[in-house]
Amino acid sequence: MKYVLLFVETEQFEKDLEAMSHADRDRASQLANKWMADHADTIRGGSKLQSASTATTVRLDAGSEPVITDGPFVEGKEVVSGYTEVEVDDLDQVLNMVRTWPGCPLVEIRPIVELPPAQS
Amino acid sequence: MTFTIKGRADVDRTASDRELEQIVREHAGRLATALMRITGDFAMAEDLVQDAVLAALQRWPMEGVPDRPDAWLFTVARNRGLDALRRQSNYRAKLAQLRWPVQPTSDDRLRLIFTCCHPALSRPAQIVLTLRVTCGLTTAQIARALLVPETTVAQRITRAKRKITEAGIPYRVPDPNELGARLREVLSVIYLLLNEGYLSTGERGQSRDLVDDAEWLAAQLYDLMPTEPEVAGLLALIRLHRARADARFDPGGNLVLLEHQDRSNWDHEAIAAASRLLARAAKRHQPGPYQLQAAIVACHAEAADWADTDWEQIGLLYDMLVHLAPSPLTRLHRSIARRYTAGPEAALAEVDALATALDRYHLYHAIRADLLRTLGRADEARAANRRALELTANPAEQALLRRRIDWGDDAG
Repeated sequence: MKYVLLFVETEQFEKDLEAMSHADRDRASQLANKWMADHADTIRGGSKLQSASTATTVRLDAGSEPVITDGPFVEGKEVVSGYTEVEVDDLDQVLNMVRTWPGCPLVEIRPIVELPPAQS
Repeated sequence: MTFTIKGRADVDRTASDRELEQIVREHAGRLATALMRITGDFAMAEDLVQDAVLAALQRWPMEGVPDRPDAWLFTVARNRGLDALRRQSNYRAKLAQLRWPVQPTSDDRLRLIFTCCHPALSRPAQIVLTLRVTCGLTTAQIARALLVPETTVAQRITRAKRKITEAGIPYRVPDPNELGARLREVLSVIYLLLNEGYLSTGERGQSRDLVDDAEWLAAQLYDLMPTEPEVAGLLALIRLHRARADARFDPGGNLVLLEHQDRSNWDHEAIAAASRLLARAAKRHQPGPYQLQAAIVACHAEAADWADTDWEQIGLLYDMLVHLAPSPLTRLHRSIARRYTAGPEAALAEVDALATALDRYHLYHAIRADLLRTLGRADEARAANRRALELTANPAEQALLRRRIDWGDDAG
């Protein structure tokens, strides 16, 4: 089965990261890179996202005209910072992987809807 | 005639109804595990078993229990399955392989319990799924036992089954490295059934049925994992509660507190057996919250009368419990032991320290009221009892609190 791991940063995590020394921050990112390398056999893609302040949101349910605003959740305390697609046997396998994730404090696991192959 | 297995028709229940319930529970779980192993399809296996259970509940009371009830359930489930699968050829071959007698291994039964209690399912979903799949209860029976509408139960079951399929929750026993946390999950579902049955917050005074289910599940789990001391601890806890159940209510349905219970109505043989079970578990030197709670209940159960209660020992057990599983609730219960070892003033000081955490919990105010009354502060005691009365929906507890408030009024 395929799953997307949504990595979620919290305000506290961001503060903690800012308070770190350069060396500590490097070490933290090396740990995250190592985790990605350790699970390379299941990883099918994914990206780190630019910070939430670069986001643009389009609200389609706001009336006749779509409303375009800056940022996702102006008062949001938790922000998706990246995603990874993995292919594994079942939920327990993902849970075991995520248990050792050294980065942000929240990971949402969502199965991907697998469409039947297109008819040719 | 209407055939009721669970809920408020308890008074009409005959011994044969109980026997039917027992037969269905044992064989439905066995059948579910066998179907699950063969088809690998949780939702389908569960539907087939439920169809067979419903058919049995409709027909057996009228036609009598067949000579081989398990074979009967098996045949119904298999035929329904084959009917349904004429339209889905992919399972037909698998189901056709299924032969009587079905012999699920103990591993299959464990997998079933662990799948129903997977942490990716919500707690209410874990509970309905466990009652449904492992205990073989129907939607209607679960609704009556939990006092929620049938549609709610049906929805929870449907959503839980869909989540198992769509989220890829596996049908397996957790690896040793995950087992601890997952076992805690399973035990807490059984513990919740015990609590719900022991003193429901709903309109009933009590329901012995959920306690039955909790005991049955704990006994199954103990059978499968006899070396897990917390499993034995929870089973002992449930059996100790059941052994004293008959003395908890007077003939008028009023709650009788431990202090005033007629201890000759306790099942002393069951108490001794549960204590032995607990002692064997304790030999493993892995204390846990369930073993400690059971040990506390055992202390009370083994005392010849209220005055004979070993409060020192109970206080020590509570200290260990607070250390292992610190919670305001445990501290509150510890304060009762403190009253007898350190005196009511010391106990009241401990209770008062929990005011913020437990202000919305009726027993906090009831226990506080009792201490205040002992200290001669009658007006404050009455006020605390009134507050407790506002916070509980249990009719037996409400009646007890009303009696106390009246008593306080008479005395004051």
